[in-house]
Amino acid sequence: MGAVVGRRLRDWLPALGVFLLGIALWQGLTTALNVQTFLLPKPSDIATAFWDNRTELWHAGLYTLREAAGGFAIGAGLGIIAALVLARFRRVGAALMPFAIAANAVPIIAFAPITNNWFGLLNPISKMSIAAVLCFFPTMVNTLRGLTSVHPSSIELMRSYAGGELAMFRRVRIPSSLPFMFTGLKVAAVLSMIGAIVGEYFGGPTNALGVSILNDSQLFNFPRAWAGILLASAFGIGLYGCVALAEHFTTGWHPSARAFNAE
Amino acid sequence: MSQGADTVVSISDVSKSFRTGVTALQGISLDIRQGEFVSLIGPSGCGKSTLLRIIGDLVQPSAGSVIVNGKPAHQARLDHDYGIVFQDAVLYDWRNVARNVSLPLEMLGWDRARRRERVKEMLELVELTGFESNRPWQLSGGMQQRVSIARALSFDPALLLMDEPFGALDEMTRERLNVELLQIWEKARSTVVFVTHSIPEAVYLSTRVVVMSPRPGRIAGVIEVDLPQPRTAETREDPRFFEHVTAVREVLAGGGQTSAKTPELF
Repeated sequence: MGAVVGRRLRDWLPALGVFLLGIALWQGLTTALNVQTFLLPKPSDIATAFWDNRTELWHAGLYTLREAAGGFAIGAGLGIIAALVLARFRRVGAALMPFAIAANAVPIIAFAPITNNWFGLLNPISKMSIAAVLCFFPTMVNTLRGLTSVHPSSIELMRSYAGGELAMFRRVRIPSSLPFMFTGLKVAAVLSMIGAIVGEYFGGPTNALGVSILNDSQLFNFPRAWAGILLASAFGIGLYGCVALAEHFTTGWHPSARAFNAE
Repeated sequence: MSQGADTVVSISDVSKSFRTGVTALQGISLDIRQGEFVSLIGPSGCGKSTLLRIIGDLVQPSAGSVIVNGKPAHQARLDHDYGIVFQDAVLYDWRNVARNVSLPLEMLGWDRARRRERVKEMLELVELTGFESNRPWQLSGGMQQRVSIARALSFDPALLLMDEPFGALDEMTRERLNVELLQIWEKARSTVVFVTHSIPEAVYLSTRVVVMSPRPGRIAGVIEVDLPQPRTAETREDPRFFEHVTAVREVLAGGGQTSAKTPELF
């Protein structure tokens, strides 16, 4: 196991190098070319702004993270339930899928002002609902694909054991859909943070990260706005990481995990 | 066709047409006795796999009836009277070897201790002791198929249905597994229906080879293989082995003309 971790750290080194090089270039070029702060602040300015406002930014970030995580839980949960229902009742699925696809093409973020109006500007539910709708489709579509792409021999095998639909789902469809479901959940995790932030751009409590970023940029406090954006990115990556970790522990058997397990 | 007390499978005048208008099987009648090893052989499209699935109640016949273990095929399936092995092993990656073998036992409601005991016996039978906690993808194709056979026999079914189980394996692995399958058959004393398109494999394994002809699928002839048991690697070098191979080949080649002939039943 130690060797595995060591190898993984070594694998990360090139990426870390690129990251540090990028920051150095950013710092160097903005200084050398004397780029105005309102166009692109220096990394050192952003870091300073973050440090000076760390308590407010952190709390604002946590507030928005709660909205995103809540929306993710609701949207992904409903997406999984919908996929199970559609996989079990194919005719319902055939009737509803065109609408699901059409609904998926709707720019959901455009509804943010509407949900703010429905649930109240200061109510976190207004942001959660946008995040939830964004999370619903990728989770549902991917899980459904996993549940329905089962090898015909698997179905025959379960029938030979006199297994009904319930056994088919429990023993075959659900386990084999997990890798597909996690693909959807990882997309959803990122979308949930976007949904919450954009929802806040249309109004929200002042202790929310999206509102803070918007206010800072309107007040020309760009280093602080950038610090907020980077914090939002970090929380988005964190959500993604949580899902990836859950994936690792539940689908370690999957081919994609083989190289890692073979160590 | 009389149905003796030791008849495990009784197929009477079974036909199968698909909705596309293709007649896969026409007028198939065949009795299989307890302890027989019967191969169904024929070119692609002769309906041999369809016939196997009709015996297993996985495909419904358009006409005729199938009796398995003295009851309609449907009831036999619900009663777990047969185990099935497919061309691909159909093992689940999320279960280790032991838990793949115990899958039907779980569905039959066996308790944990009994399951563990049986899995141990079955893995001994297919010589995979020590691989209990391996994942299916860590095994070779031949080993995977042995796990699949262990799973199919784990609940002691009266009948074992095998649909080209070694079709995807290389010749050397196939021959080795043929020998092992016969040893398992000896020990498990079950009745086997085996679909293949390899003539030597059919002759080597079977007590009886049922040759089928295509479009529509019919029984072109039935050849008794009275080679001595138990069969060993030397059996393949026995002149009488080649005689039987030739006999099967001739029925296969003449399948078109003799297809109207009433199948000989022994």
